Amino acid sequence: MSAEKETEWQGQLAPGDELPEDSGLSAGVRGYVIGLVVSLLLTAASFLVLHDTFLWKPGIPVALGVLAVAQMGIHLVFFLHLNTGPDNTNNILALAFGVLIVAIVVSGSLWIMSHLNHNMMLMERVMDLHQQR
Amino acid sequence: MLGKLTWEAVPTNEPIALVTVLVVLLVIGSVLAWITIKGHWTYLWKEWITSVDHKRVGVMYFLLGFVMLLRGFADAIMMRTHQAMALGGPDAGYLVPDHFNQIFSAHGTIMIFFTAMPFMVGLMNYVVPLQIGARDVAYPTLNSVSFWITAAGVALVNLSLGLGVYSRAGWLVYPPLSGLQFSPDVGVDYHLWALQISGIGTLMSGVNLVATIFKMRAPGMTLTRMPIFCWTSLASNLLIVAAFPILTATFAMLLLDRYLGFHFFTNDAGGNAMMYVNLIWAWGHPEVYILILPAFGIFSEVIATFSGKPLFGYRSMIAATMVICVLSFMVWLHHFFTMGGGANVNAFFGIMTMIISVPTGVKVFNWLFTMYGGRVRFTAPVLWTVGFMITFVIGGMTGVMLAIPPNDFVLHNSLFLIAHFHNVIIGGVVFGALAGYMYWFPKAFGFKLHDGWGKASFWLWCIGFYVAFMPLYALGFMGMTRRMQHYDNPAWQPWLVVAMFGAVLIFLGILCLVAQLVVSIRRREALVDATGDPWDGRSLEWITTSPPPSFNFTVLPDVRGEEAYWGIKQAALEARQLDGPPRYEPIHMPRNSPTGFFTAFFAVVFGFAMIWHIWWLAILALAGAFAGFVVFAWRDEDEYEIPATEVAAYDARRRAVRQDVLARAGVKA
Amino acid sequence: MSVAATSHGARSVDARHGTDELAHKRIVVGYGFWVFLLSDFIMFAGFFAAYAVLKDATAGGPGARELFDIGNVAVETLCLLLSSFTCGMAALAVSVRSRIWTQVWLLATGLLGLAFFALEMREFHELIEAGNGPQRSAFLSAFFTLVGCHGAHIAVGGLWLGTMMAQFWFKGFNETLIRRFLCFSLFWHALDIVWVAIFTIVYLMGAAG
Repeated sequence: MSAEKETEWQGQLAPGDELPEDSGLSAGVRGYVIGLVVSLLLTAASFLVLHDTFLWKPGIPVALGVLAVAQMGIHLVFFLHLNTGPDNTNNILALAFGVLIVAIVVSGSLWIMSHLNHNMMLMERVMDLHQQR
Repeated sequence: MLGKLTWEAVPTNEPIALVTVLVVLLVIGSVLAWITIKGHWTYLWKEWITSVDHKRVGVMYFLLGFVMLLRGFADAIMMRTHQAMALGGPDAGYLVPDHFNQIFSAHGTIMIFFTAMPFMVGLMNYVVPLQIGARDVAYPTLNSVSFWITAAGVALVNLSLGLGVYSRAGWLVYPPLSGLQFSPDVGVDYHLWALQISGIGTLMSGVNLVATIFKMRAPGMTLTRMPIFCWTSLASNLLIVAAFPILTATFAMLLLDRYLGFHFFTNDAGGNAMMYVNLIWAWGHPEVYILILPAFGIFSEVIATFSGKPLFGYRSMIAATMVICVLSFMVWLHHFFTMGGGANVNAFFGIMTMIISVPTGVKVFNWLFTMYGGRVRFTAPVLWTVGFMITFVIGGMTGVMLAIPPNDFVLHNSLFLIAHFHNVIIGGVVFGALAGYMYWFPKAFGFKLHDGWGKASFWLWCIGFYVAFMPLYALGFMGMTRRMQHYDNPAWQPWLVVAMFGAVLIFLGILCLVAQLVVSIRRREALVDATGDPWDGRSLEWITTSPPPSFNFTVLPDVRGEEAYWGIKQAALEARQLDGPPRYEPIHMPRNSPTGFFTAFFAVVFGFAMIWHIWWLAILALAGAFAGFVVFAWRDEDEYEIPATEVAAYDARRRAVRQDVLARAGVKA
Repeated sequence: MSVAATSHGARSVDARHGTDELAHKRIVVGYGFWVFLLSDFIMFAGFFAAYAVLKDATAGGPGARELFDIGNVAVETLCLLLSSFTCGMAALAVSVRSRIWTQVWLLATGLLGLAFFALEMREFHELIEAGNGPQRSAFLSAFFTLVGCHGAHIAVGGLWLGTMMAQFWFKGFNETLIRRFLCFSLFWHALDIVWVAIFTIVYLMGAAG
């Protein structure tokens, strides 16, 4: 497959493919190194946040969530080469659909199950009542 | 050595099961003997079993669905005849409780997973690449693997007829009944492994068709020029990709509960059986739209073609389809309003359920307006479509009744519910599959199906449906619940007898389908479709010959607008001649591959070994599957070339026929 | 090599349609695999939902706070992150068709994956030895299933990696293999993303209580 032919397929990219302007070995290495360094920093931050000296305690899960989302974003951009360029539209749309479904399934399940538990009076609570007596 | 498998697994003490097994074995044996005597094995192996052609795979899917329709219907008519005489105690009727429970579980499983799904997947497989102007699906070998894995699931379910028992826990195997504590035998394992295996096949074919529709369209075939059937297929396959993993995860949890003593859904150690119900319906509700959306597409194609008009409201149809696609993921709680959720959740999901009926209503009006002012030819496919419109609207309205939580508290799990979902599945999915079958049959085989027998089948199915299921609505109001092996309320019996006669009418409808096929094959000379465009079609599948060559199109069509073929055809009619012959190029097509067949073989062995706890065999099957993967990955040659001269010769014959038609049209004008 | 000859679709593309929507096989395969990966994410979402629902159902047994060794998780995370990086390096080595460097980076990827897998198995083993296996409570069932499912993906990825190294070694760089390698690297990076969700939700949020 020669280079001129490759350009015929402009308008689309395979997921994971780099953008044409990013090609070249040194640019490629640079992208992965940036991704690695930022990921390492974010990971370190996640583990450090755990110590309660850093953050107000109820804020910890929120901070962890934010850091995780940031880290996933870094992976998507620097390792999977997904970005907002027009060539990536189909890949991004598929990702958006997947994220939407993941969000619906997880949040919906939690919402529904918390309601079911709420109305069903868990065995544990019954046990607690026994123990309090 | 053989795990739980002993001679006692053979149902020697159950006459009904035993006779069934013997008859099935006899039929299979005689078919195999006939193939051997006639020497068809090489042909079957080369042209069908190892074929990766999407058209062959599509036909095999449909055939599988039809065979399983017979099996599922046998279960249905046993239930109807049993319930018609089951007034009294557990000894009433002719089916013992244990057997009756297996029958209703198998009926639901087979009809949804192995009849409705293969029908729809088969039609999508056959038609979508032709309609978007592609030579095949995106991954032809994977497509064959998907089919054969589905067939592996079918094999496992049907093995339970002769070895062991089937699940008695309903088609969705709710725990804790389906847990080890209450279902210690192999029945639930048959169910779970068969569906896990065939579910992988379904997921793969979903991925395949999504990629096909997004990446394989002919030049100029933009998304908003695709026929509606492609749009509904896209939505349906997106739903497969998004929903089937949830089923896989849920069944995996139940399997872990059953095999390794996990506590996801058990009553003890913190397990939560209601979570199973939550997760299974997060798959289950999208599943019903996976089935109905392609049917909507089929009706759209049929009604536009036979009304001789473009589909009314093409864009609104696309919008409605995609809205349904997303909303179908936000209504799943309506299957368990009664499970104790508070008013807030129930209200939210009730309202979402009512909202999702709006885009469906949009579609019904679009179909009606397509017919309005058109010259409708009332062929068999159109009858199925009109029958669908009336029946489905009734089913949809009873659905909205069930969507109101206080109503649902009265009607939940009553026969009203049974009547409702048969109303939409028979009236929607089955009518759709049969409309599609009669509409696209000439494309697949080069001759039309006999219209009279098709119409007879329609009337029997349609009237049979109303006679069989309208009494069930009444019985629901009278308080009869689903899955009753016997009852002691004499007021129910007359309704159940009427329902049984309805089932008999549907049986006659199925016989008419068989008769139609036999008659059509015998009179294929008279019914021949020489031009490849028997219905005056509007989309690209009608531009090629009937049946299409393996490469579908001699040159890829150049699409310039909606209704791609209609535009080309009108231009040719005006000019009284076809465009000049194009430049032919050699075509590369994928080679046949036995990968699918061998994968399915290992899948059956693995599933069987897991069901019966034969661990060494399971490991052996996995090792064999991995070896097969390596062999497949190692091959070099996966394509063959069809020379340009051969393509040109083929096209010359096609063009001659079409030119002839044009000349005759000119004379008429 | 002409376009028509590289793909089974045999898209006889004439000049007019050069930039039209027909996709090259690499894009078709990559896209399909991406869609498959998204479905895999949704399967993980099912296990995550189960874990989130059951995380307090400890049935009187130990909870996340008492059980998890954060130090071990940090090492596991490091292994997986580095293996994602080495996988990227392998992709660059493939793009410049360097046989030796491809093998080196793939081997590094595999070894880091193996180290991750070994650490995870050790953690599982210790939990089970201490009587805190998946049969102990619904919480532990959900934990073992979610984390174990990720571990099983890593193991399958390892088998795939080994097969591919052998193929690169014996058959060199042909288009099919490079296409499969694209899929593999998508798979491997995606597993790292799932791991980010796991170490955050299961381990860190568990330890934070």
